[in-house]
Order: sequence, then C-alpha cells, then structure tokens
Amino acid sequence: MSPDNRKNIDIKFNAIRKEAEKHRNEFRDAPVPKIHIGMATCGIASGALETQKAFKEALVENDIEARIHTVGCFGHCYAEPVVIIDHPDSGFPPIFYHEVTPGKAKMLVKLFLGGGDPRFEHVYGATEENDMIPSVTDFSRFNQEKRIVMEKCGRIDPEDIYDYIAADGYSTLVKALKLDPEEVIKEVTHSGLRGRGGAGFPTGRKWNLAKSVTDQEKIVICNADEGDPGAYMDRTILESNPHQVLEGIAICAYAVGAHKAMVYVRSEYPLAVKLVTDAIQQAEKLGLLGKGILDSTFDLKIDVFQGSGAFVCGEETALIRSIEGYRGMPQHRPPYPVQKGLWNKPTVINNVKTLASVPPILDHGATWYRSIGTQNSPGTAIFSIVGNVVHAGLVEIPMGVSLRTLIFDICGGIQNNKKFKAVQIGGPSGGCLNEDFLDTPIDFDSLTEAGAMMGSGGMVVMDEDTCMVEVARYFLDFTQKESCGKCTFCRIGTYHLLKILERLTKGEGLEGDLELLETLSQDIKAGSLCGLGKTAPNPVLTSLKYFRDEYEAHIKEKRCPALMCRPLTAFYFDLELCARGCDACATCCPVDAVFTTSNRKKGVDQELCVKCGECLVACPPEYDAVRKVSPPDLVPYIEKPPEKEKKDVK
Amino acid sequence: MMLKLRVDNQEIEAREGKTLLQACLDNQIYVPNLCYLEDMESPSASCRMCFVEIEGTPQPVPSCTVQVKNDMVVKTDTPAVRQLQRTALRLLLSVHDVDCKNCHANKKCELQNIAKFLKVGLKPKRLERYLKETLIDETHPFLIHYPNRCVLCGKCVHICRGKHGESVLTFARRGFDTIISTYSATDESSLTCGDCDTCVKACPVGALAVKESS
Repeated sequence: MSPDNRKNIDIKFNAIRKEAEKHRNEFRDAPVPKIHIGMATCGIASGALETQKAFKEALVENDIEARIHTVGCFGHCYAEPVVIIDHPDSGFPPIFYHEVTPGKAKMLVKLFLGGGDPRFEHVYGATEENDMIPSVTDFSRFNQEKRIVMEKCGRIDPEDIYDYIAADGYSTLVKALKLDPEEVIKEVTHSGLRGRGGAGFPTGRKWNLAKSVTDQEKIVICNADEGDPGAYMDRTILESNPHQVLEGIAICAYAVGAHKAMVYVRSEYPLAVKLVTDAIQQAEKLGLLGKGILDSTFDLKIDVFQGSGAFVCGEETALIRSIEGYRGMPQHRPPYPVQKGLWNKPTVINNVKTLASVPPILDHGATWYRSIGTQNSPGTAIFSIVGNVVHAGLVEIPMGVSLRTLIFDICGGIQNNKKFKAVQIGGPSGGCLNEDFLDTPIDFDSLTEAGAMMGSGGMVVMDEDTCMVEVARYFLDFTQKESCGKCTFCRIGTYHLLKILERLTKGEGLEGDLELLETLSQDIKAGSLCGLGKTAPNPVLTSLKYFRDEYEAHIKEKRCPALMCRPLTAFYFDLELCARGCDACATCCPVDAVFTTSNRKKGVDQELCVKCGECLVACPPEYDAVRKVSPPDLVPYIEKPPEKEKKDVK
Repeated sequence: MMLKLRVDNQEIEAREGKTLLQACLDNQIYVPNLCYLEDMESPSASCRMCFVEIEGTPQPVPSCTVQVKNDMVVKTDTPAVRQLQRTALRLLLSVHDVDCKNCHANKKCELQNIAKFLKVGLKPKRLERYLKETLIDETHPFLIHYPNRCVLCGKCVHICRGKHGESVLTFARRGFDTIISTYSATDESSLTCGDCDTCVKACPVGALAVKESS
C-alpha cells in the first residue's frame, strides 16, 4: 500500500472505531444494571432462551430498568445457563451466576436488582477481585487458563460488530494492511503458529507457499467442518466471536494475495452459519470486507459454504471436492491444495482456531506468542473436555500443560469420586491414554509420541466404569460409517476391525483376534489413502497397547472388567440385603424380569432381563441389594416360584 | 525427455511425466493394480495395490501417484510392499462372491491374476466373508451390476464420464455400504448408453455386463 493509501485506512477505521466506542460508552455508562447472558448453542441447549425470557418478564413485572446483553459462550459449559449481573448501585462487583433457571432469574431480578441482595447461596464468584465476595479467579478453572483465541468469547455480543471493534477488533487488520504481505507472513512464521486442525503444519510456511504463486487467482478457506464426536471448539468460537475469525481470514488473504475466501461450516451448526453470515454482512457494510477494504486497494469477498454432514469433508481434498459439487472423496496428496486446490487454484485451508490466532499474534507480536507454550508448539491449545469430568466445557491453556493439571486441577477431576481410567485425545483419530501418561505435556509432538494426537481439540475423559473395548468399538463404528468408501483399506479394513470388536463386546471373541486386530490396524494405517483411514485404527491400537488385559478378559474369561458390555454382565439381588416386601425394583423394571421369591424377596429372571440397570438405581440406598457382575455365570441361582395361575380380570 | 531409473535392479527408461506404475508396466515389470487408467488427470489411487518402495521414502507408496524421476531406485518386491498388497487383496476377497466358474470374467479376472501373482488363495483364511444382500442389480435398462463382484475401482465411473460428459454410473452410500449405482436412471430415452459398452470392458472383475435383451 502507498503512504496515501495507509493514511486513508487510518482515517476510515478511526471513524468506525469512534462509532463503536460511542455505542460501547452508551451501553457502559447507562445508569442501570446490565445482565449478560451466554447465548451460544450450549447455553441455549441448557435453557438460556427461557432464562432470557424470564429476565425480561421479571423486569417488567417488578418495574425495574436493566439492559440485557446477549453474549457468546464463556467456555464453562458445566455451568450453563451462565449469567453475569453487573449492578454497580448495589455496591457489589459484577457477579457470575451458574445454572440460572427461569425461577432463579426471576428471583435475582426481584431480590438483587430490586433489593440489592445478591443471594450469596447462588453466587459462583465475582468476575473481578474485591473485598466482598470470592472472585472466580480463585478457581483454577479460571486462573490457569490462558485465553488468546477465546479472550473475547463470552464478553462481547457476537451479533454486534461494534462490540468487537470497541474491544480492539479489526485493529490488527488495519495494522496488517499497512504492512507488506511479506512482513505479515514473516511475523506469522516467526510466531511458530502451527495448524490447529490437528496436523500441526506450520501456518507461516503454508502461507508462504501460496504467496510464492504469482500468476494465479488464490483462495482462502476457513475449515469449520468440525466433526469429531464431542468436539465443539470451532462452533463455539464462530458463535461467540465470528469477527475474530473473519479478521484472521482477511489478514491471511491479504498476506497470500487472495481476493476470495470461504468459510466451510457444517450445516449442523445452524447458529454458527447464521452468525457468520450476519457478521460478514455487517463487516461489508462498514467497509471492513468487500471491495476496497477501508478505502485501500485490497478486495476480499468472503462466502459461507455449508457442508452437508460428511465427516470426511473435514479432510481438505474432500472438502474441496464437495465445494466443486462432487462426492466428498479425498484425493491423493500431493498435489497439496496450496499448489492445486479449489477449482485447481492455489488454496490455503486453515482451521478456525488457526485463523482466530492470527489477530492476537499480529497485535502482540511473534515474540510474545512464542513466549507462550513450548519451544516446538507455541501458543495455546483449545480443548472441549467432555466425559466423566466435573467441569466439562471449553478450555484454553498454554501448550505444555500436563494432562494431569488439565483434567484434575482445571477441570476438577473425575465425577462422583470415581477413579480416572483413560483419556481419549484427538477424536476418532486419536488414542486412549492411561494414567501413566497423565504427566505428558500437551503439545503436538508429545501426544503423537504417546500414540494419541493433538487433533483439533476433542478430549473425552473416562472413569473406571468405562470399557475400553467398547470405546474402541464406538469410535470404529463412527469412522466406518463416515469412511467415504473410496479406498480398500478404509472401506473394508475398518469394517473388519469393527466386526471383530463387536464380537469381543458380545463375548464371542476368538483366540487370535487380538493379533488380527493388530496386524490389520497396522496395514490400514500404512495403506489408506487419506488421514481418516490412516488414523482410524488409533483407538484400537492404543487401547490394545495400554489396556490389553481388558481385551484378554473379554476373550478368555468372557468378562467385561468395567461391567459395561451388556452381554457379558448380569444383575442379581443379594438376598441378605434385599428387604422383604419391598417392590421398588419390580415396579420400575421395564420388562417384568423381577420376580418375588417364596420368602417375599426378589430375584431376576435372567432370560427376560435386558440389563438396563433400572433396578440398581431404584433400590433404596439403605438396602443397596442389587449386584452387577461379569461374567454372567457368577449370578447365584435364585429359585423362581412357579407362576400362579392368573385369574381372568375383566 | 527420456529418464533413466532402476526398478528391481533393472535399468529402465521412461518418458518424463509418466507415472512410475506406467513406466513399470511398459517395461514388463508387473505391479498389481485395479483402479489405474493411464489417461487420468489425477490418479484415483483407491485400490491400494500398486505399492512400491522408493529409495529415500520411508514407507511404501502407490506407484500410480508418483511421477518418474531420473536415477530413481525402486523395488517392487519388498516384504513391506507384499504385506500391504496381500492384505488389500484379502480385504477385497473378503467381500467378493468367489464363484469363478459362474462368472463371465473367469480367467480374465484381475483378482484371479493378482491372487496368482501374490500367491494368495481366493478364500481369505483369517477374515470373515461379508456379502451384500443384493446379488444382482438389474434396474438399469442396459446393464447388469453384480455388487458382490465389484471392487469399487471406479474405472467405469471415470470412463463413462470421459466418454459421455457425465456418468451414468456413480458412487453411492458411505463406508462399507458404498456401491456403484445408477441412481435409478431407468429412463431409456435419457440414457446415452446406446451401443456403448466401455464400462463393461473397463471392469477388471466382471461386475458389469450388458443385458442380453438389449
């Protein structure tokens, strides 16, 4: 850009920024309380819409004036619906409330907004340090996080571009436009940023490859086809702060010299699709995207493309095929998309988190970014942690933090005081690690070395009641169904793996099955065409390696040590403990498998029992008479009295 | 320009731009393959049969995806290569209705050739056999399709698209259930088939046949 051009950019942007600050100040300085409600998919699923409605109604009923501010996700999914109430007149700092039901909402309006009583029993913590109530930063879930990508998530309204701009948004795009594209790439290269989609390819190098092509039109694609079971990092970022992603895309496009970009987002994310589409429109309206961005000579058109639900379309060559209108089948690489991609044009494909990392990097500098994380994996990692963990949700931590810190400190450990058993990292392509790996630092290389992978950020924590054979079967069932069917190893090989695992969970395993699983897995890894097939056997290989005794118990003893595989377990009632005349289990059994013994205690008809476990839940804790065992032949014989002839009741 | 490379200790020449697989086949060095067609712009690389080892590359690679280079040193017969080829073949045979004497491709079938070459029996020992329910698909007005013979190499799809602009045949469904389908294109007048039987001729295993009545 010429000096004149650069000056124009500043003039234009400063005007926009002034407007944004005006909006912010008007909201901030309004002399009324503010209610911030987390309104991403996770919040809405937990009832945030009803909570919002309740707040509105209660404000009218109590004749109280307040501003409701809808924000994205704070990442604290275990606490949804999350509400922060900022009521300066009460003398209290802004307060974080968790699990705010409509009832709680009405009560808070009446008593806190109306009466100045923050209801301490419902307070989670204050959002800033103070002398009156404990601050949320006292909790490791808050203070051990390092928010770079998600810094603004849950603080700004994703539907209002001014909210983002007032929080310094789009200022790094301005900064980038005033640099030469080469300087932008140099900064990103120096930062050591690696692709957050899973493979960890150096982002700067990818951009450089695209930049080096000069005679062709280029395209930037933001990959938001997140499909790992239980993973929702990209969705949350798009729903909570779409503009940071758009800003990252714009900087990338400027750096590599592209004028066309796409956000490839799966159509199962309707809210993300809507928010990104709206965000693009808002940015275009203000001249931050589109033709002559901020009166400069740089044009960028961003389109949204909705994926149609195939997991494999997250693989970049399949993603490209699907945009071109073909069946989403991966192609052999090389050529890589950056050489020959969408419509045969050089295409940079980056994950949502990668692109959203770019604005903070340019803002604070590569050296700052390098100071976070580890030598070879700088920056932060975002995980969606689910499973048997106390504080499930989205966590952003510096790379290099150990699994133990993440699971036990930050996320509060295992639910119900159960024992930790395994953690599955990297989704269906990742591996299951046992407790020997809890001190493994979280970074690209350490996790790969352990047999798992960084992946895009899915993490499932499992307690002692989880059967690892069943877990492997679950993931293989997923990858087999999502295989595109193109190459022999993935299409047929994973099916054989699945069928063998199914056999094991039914107690029909054979001598030699484990060796077959191993050799077949190795061949599928070495022989498959794309990343899906190459990594699909990982859950099998790692669980076989770290939980082999469990597999052997399934084959040799027909026993499921975790008591999870239904065909290998059975229920019975301990007659010493079973209370005479109690009917709690019998009334809840859905298949009438519970019978009454001759001394008015209970027995289970093993032929009828479907092993749902309802009786275990129903049995009053003071008796605790239900026993679950594996293998099923451990069940003692309890005589079933002959059925009385039923009288016809008409 | 002609390039020189070494395959299995034999010096061969190949024109620049050729795939390694093509170079081997042109020089009478057989590398098993099912999905390869010389005129493809980018190789399908889906059958996972034509693995070779190239000096300097740690793992076996499908030779249809590699272009010949000067002084390339290639081995087509290493234990790692054979292991992958045999597993791929056994996987294909585990879903194949081995009924050779009733199949019109008997004795010209690529699966038979490859099995003989790799010394693999047609009945997979360790793997269960899983066949599809549909034995014969006769919904197409001119073609008969045998899903349990098909190896899903995609040659028919590619060749039909090349000849008629769009393909009558295409892949359908996902994962293990993937099949070649006509998407119920049963309207004779809209079909470009006519006397064309290119797809039938391209099929390496006898999964397609022309209906006798047509």
